[in-house]
Amino acid sequence: MKKISSGSFYSIPLTLWMSVFFVIPMLIVLSYAFLTKGTYGGVQMIFTLKNFNVFFEPVFLKILFRTIYISVAVTIITVILAVPTAYFIARSRFKQELLILVIIPFWTNFLIRIYSWISILGSNGFLNTFLMKLGIIETPLKLLYNTGSVILITVYTSLPFAILPLYAIIEKFDFSLVEAARDLGATNSQAFRKVFLPNIKSGITTAILFTFIPAMGSYAIPKLVGGTQATMLGNIIAQHLTVTRNWPLASAISAMLILVTSVALLLFMRAEKKSKEVSDE
Amino acid sequence: MNKRRTSLFFFILSMIFFYLPLLILVIYSFNEGRSSTWQGFSMKWYKELFLYSDNIWKAFKYSLIIGILSSLTSTLIGTLGAIGIHWYHFKHKNYLKVITFLPLVIPDIILGVSLLIMFATIKLELGLTSIFIAHTTFNIPFVLFIVLSRLGEFDYSIVEAAYDLGANEFQTLKKVILPMLTPAIVSGFLMALTLSFDDFVTTFFVAGPGSSTLPLRIYSMIRLGVSPVVNALSVLLIVLSIAFTLSTKSLQKYFVK
Repeated sequence: MKKISSGSFYSIPLTLWMSVFFVIPMLIVLSYAFLTKGTYGGVQMIFTLKNFNVFFEPVFLKILFRTIYISVAVTIITVILAVPTAYFIARSRFKQELLILVIIPFWTNFLIRIYSWISILGSNGFLNTFLMKLGIIETPLKLLYNTGSVILITVYTSLPFAILPLYAIIEKFDFSLVEAARDLGATNSQAFRKVFLPNIKSGITTAILFTFIPAMGSYAIPKLVGGTQATMLGNIIAQHLTVTRNWPLASAISAMLILVTSVALLLFMRAEKKSKEVSDE
Repeated sequence: MNKRRTSLFFFILSMIFFYLPLLILVIYSFNEGRSSTWQGFSMKWYKELFLYSDNIWKAFKYSLIIGILSSLTSTLIGTLGAIGIHWYHFKHKNYLKVITFLPLVIPDIILGVSLLIMFATIKLELGLTSIFIAHTTFNIPFVLFIVLSRLGEFDYSIVEAAYDLGANEFQTLKKVILPMLTPAIVSGFLMALTLSFDDFVTTFFVAGPGSSTLPLRIYSMIRLGVSPVVNALSVLLIVLSIAFTLSTKSLQKYFVK
């Protein structure tokens, strides 16, 4: 390949921008995690490890486990819904048209999508009004402000992010392989598990990551429909940042969130690499 | 066939799941009353939205300004960066790959938090500038990856042919590389615009008082639970996103040609 004289010139703006507005802020957060809270917010330049004590507090641990629990539940439900949906679209004669049906909610404002569920599940929302009219219930059910509503609505907002990468990979999949497997005597479900699933694994991994990581960092959904019962990590970070103004503590929890998602990311990437090696053999 | 029926079932389930809530919003937006009981057809919430909701339109204007400026900036930086990463070898390439990949995979709240802390440290006043910086930062990686994937399909011999025929570097960029990248640049720009228009979490942290974007305005309307104007606004936004989706399809066809 021919090298051109101006070399890395093109990448200079990119390097500068991402270094200044991404790397440096992250480094500041990571270093604040080891500093002391100032008297009126802000920080004092005194090294300490006491911000990390929060990770041993039962209240914090409860929120951490709840965040992981909600994110895992959301991911499982989303992927279970997304795989067959993406499969159906990829096998349809009307791919483009059906794909648009997925892209419209994907491009509909995130908060509007949350709001639409509030107007369904609220105490005088659509569902309660409907059930009371029918005489099935007498007093409104409390459908919002719990873990269930957070899971439901997070699935709703992340489903397009899972369907689109799955569609991309299923669309490229060669379905004659499944036919070949069946000709060789595999049952439907064997062909599905042993031929189809391994081949779309990278799509599943992407779908899982696009669902799990944003869920771990949720802020708006638990804030709007979670009430006090479903507070997540993002909410306590925001609380320490804006209300108690304990920035070192907010930084320490953010650092941990970065750590948890990075570990998840590394595990997935390793699993994918392994499965690739297996299928290459 | 069995599998066909199962997948059809899940597809229908997903579509009901997607569209039922949106449909209910549309219906409520024409409701005369404030609550969820139907009290007759009315356009009054639309009237209120279009005539008496100055702060919504101000937020809309801010979203538009920031969206366009940050999309233009990130498209420029991202496209140049993609060309640089794809065709040149340099020392810090791995560093560059990591710092452009990471923002895609860490939760967006982290970017908001870390930028807020940095802006406070350097005493930059929060407002339109800080929102613009934040949006450009999360947009750049998306533009970069869209353009990079197009470059991956690109036949390098065309560039070499241009050089052999005597084009200099600038001419090659302008007459060969950029035209071939146009579809990707357009999708990157549109993606950035959408992300910017949609972002709540990062903006929430870096927006100062008095610089509300549309999502921030919607958020405070939902929290206060004020009036069904938010229904009318939602319908307007849903219609806009449908129009946008359909138009980009035809836009892309136009540019791919």
